[in-house]
Amino acid sequence: MTDAHLDIRQVTKTFPTPEGGVVVALDRVDLAIAEGEFFVMLGPSGCGKTSLLRCIAGLEYPDSGEILLDGSRIDDIPAYARPVNTVFQSYALFPHMSVAQNVAFGLEMERLPKNEIKSRVAAALEQVKLTGLDRRKPTQLSGGQQQRVALARALAKQPKVLLLDEPLSALDLKLRRGMQVELKRLQRETGITFVFVTHDQEEAMTMGDRIAVFNEGKIVQVGSPQEIYRRPVNGFVADFIGETNLIKVTVGSGGFIFPGGGVLARELLAEDCEVPAAGECLLAVRPEDFELVDTDAAVVGEVVDVIFTGGLIRLHVRAGDQEIVAALPSHGAVVPAVGDQTRLRPITKAARTVGS
Amino acid sequence: MSKVRAPKSPGRPGQASSWLATPTLVFLILVILLPLLITVVYSFLSQPSLGTGVKWVFSTDAYRQIFVQEKLDGTTAFDTRYLKVLWNSFYYAGIATITTLILGIPVAMWIATRPVRFRALLVLAVTLPFWTSVLIRTYAVRQILDETGPIGGFLKIIGVGNSYQILYTPWATIIGLTYTFIPFMILPIYASAERFDFRYAEAGYDLGAKRWTVLRRIVIPGIRPGIIAGIALVFIPGLGSFLQPDMLGGGKTNMIANVIANNFGQARNWPFGSALSVFLLIFTVLFVLMVTTGVRSRGDQVRLI
Ligand SMILES: Nc1ncnc2c1ncn2[C@@H]1O[C@H](COP(=O)(O)OP(=O)(O)OP(=O)(O)O)[C@@H](O)[C@H]1O
Ligand SMILES: [Mg+2]
Repeated sequence: MTDAHLDIRQVTKTFPTPEGGVVVALDRVDLAIAEGEFFVMLGPSGCGKTSLLRCIAGLEYPDSGEILLDGSRIDDIPAYARPVNTVFQSYALFPHMSVAQNVAFGLEMERLPKNEIKSRVAAALEQVKLTGLDRRKPTQLSGGQQQRVALARALAKQPKVLLLDEPLSALDLKLRRGMQVELKRLQRETGITFVFVTHDQEEAMTMGDRIAVFNEGKIVQVGSPQEIYRRPVNGFVADFIGETNLIKVTVGSGGFIFPGGGVLARELLAEDCEVPAAGECLLAVRPEDFELVDTDAAVVGEVVDVIFTGGLIRLHVRAGDQEIVAALPSHGAVVPAVGDQTRLRPITKAARTVGS
Repeated sequence: MSKVRAPKSPGRPGQASSWLATPTLVFLILVILLPLLITVVYSFLSQPSLGTGVKWVFSTDAYRQIFVQEKLDGTTAFDTRYLKVLWNSFYYAGIATITTLILGIPVAMWIATRPVRFRALLVLAVTLPFWTSVLIRTYAVRQILDETGPIGGFLKIIGVGNSYQILYTPWATIIGLTYTFIPFMILPIYASAERFDFRYAEAGYDLGAKRWTVLRRIVIPGIRPGIIAGIALVFIPGLGSFLQPDMLGGGKTNMIANVIANNFGQARNWPFGSALSVFLLIFTVLFVLMVTTGVRSRGDQVRLI
């Protein structure tokens, strides 16, 4: 891609361990992020998200690879010279400075005239709805307010790319939801490219224009939330994003033979996935994609658990040696009870084969 | 009817009875307040015509003597000698504070950024000088600075040693004071720096600050409590130092403690020595008050008194 705003090419980063080995935090990562995009990096703990963010910010230098911003390399210039700013997970607000001084700091570094600094600080604080608190010290603010100061401090610099490292992880659920909406709004209003790191897949889905899923220092899949949810490239993504049954099936002439003996017709599979000619493969089926059927069941087994969760009822069904979870609408007519034999089938085009 | 006794309040864990502090308090009173009291009392007594000690006759002559010089012909004049010596004390203690600061901050920061397992070792190395007496160490410094010492010898070998003379100059005093007091600067700054969260420095870089600005505007304010403690721990005892000006400065850079020591020794004027001590103490207290009020107004968590 040549028109990428932020272009990450083959970036590798390793850290030495105290035992004398090396940890590969990033393994030849390729990523192209478009201008004005809300880009989310998602992955389990320790998969290298923070490391990549720090490489972009210049707080860490990649071992190899290139990072380009608008076509020119930035990976060899120091952090202070990059038009990129970070909202740190710990906020890292300077404790000896007031809110206004914190926000002004980055502008003072640009040697802007005093009155311009003043107006930009005020504007940034207004943007994050913190007007009136500018003389407080960070310790005199709530967690949510500190978060907003950190945001204002980075936004005031009007960076080309704003990096956010799990900025909401310290907030409680309600505050978090509010901030998610607000971050989206800020991103839309400012048009700044946001690169947002999270390990919360739900957060990633609600916020991202696109999501990159990381695992063990590698990017596993990049795509829109729908793509990633509906067409996971492998079992890891399917399992990490939302809830998925990964079912080991045998490919037979009539279709896929499920554990427990049920068969799923080949035609019911999603269209764009590869099917091996024979042998075993993994099928991914979301719990909400199951329906109760009378005939042609894929899953035949005994109900071992029934959990009422409001709108949905979760059935745990033992089919052969595997337990399969189905989430059925609770307004459905018959709800099986524990101990019942039940028959389930993925709805048309919901099941996919995945690599492990 | 049996009485139900209220259980004895167990107190907070780790909270000790105030009686436990009594021996320490008594000890502190004995070694701090008592000598101080004696000094103040002596400063208001008279000098005996013969021998050492004091004559129990009330007099303010000792204080007068600090400012007023009696000439042989009976006239009096304002005496600036002792004020100059006091100024010397402030001057050299101040310079030592600055040199230990400049040298101490980088060392403390360096130690604080080493892997944890090396830090204890490095801190131990900083305290190593305390294993021998300051007197012996000052002799050692004298040997090193002497023209026959290693520096002088080296300079002679490379042919520029002819005009080498540091010993018995103010420079030697400054070197000696810096050497003696630098651990007292490094240790508190290290304690602060170790707790400093270097993510603040990263945030500084991220916001466009270069190294020097990050140091000046983020790191130094972050380790301010340690710096203030270090300044106090160097400057206050520095005011009262007398070994270094005497042994290294060759008596040319007399500080007030030299004069005080002299009056309790050779000059045998105990009241005057006491008065000078009180005089020095007043300035020391003023300095401490200045620092603490300055600190309080900034809302920091440092207490010197
Ligand atoms: N300074 C460092 N020294 C040694 N190893 C490090 C360092 N920083 C990161 N690592 C290692 O690199 C790997 C990736 O770490 P990174 O912080 O990028 O993960 P992450 O995806 O941000 O995880 P989390 O979600 O827990 O924040 C981990 O195995 C981690 O232990
Ligand atoms: Mg991280």
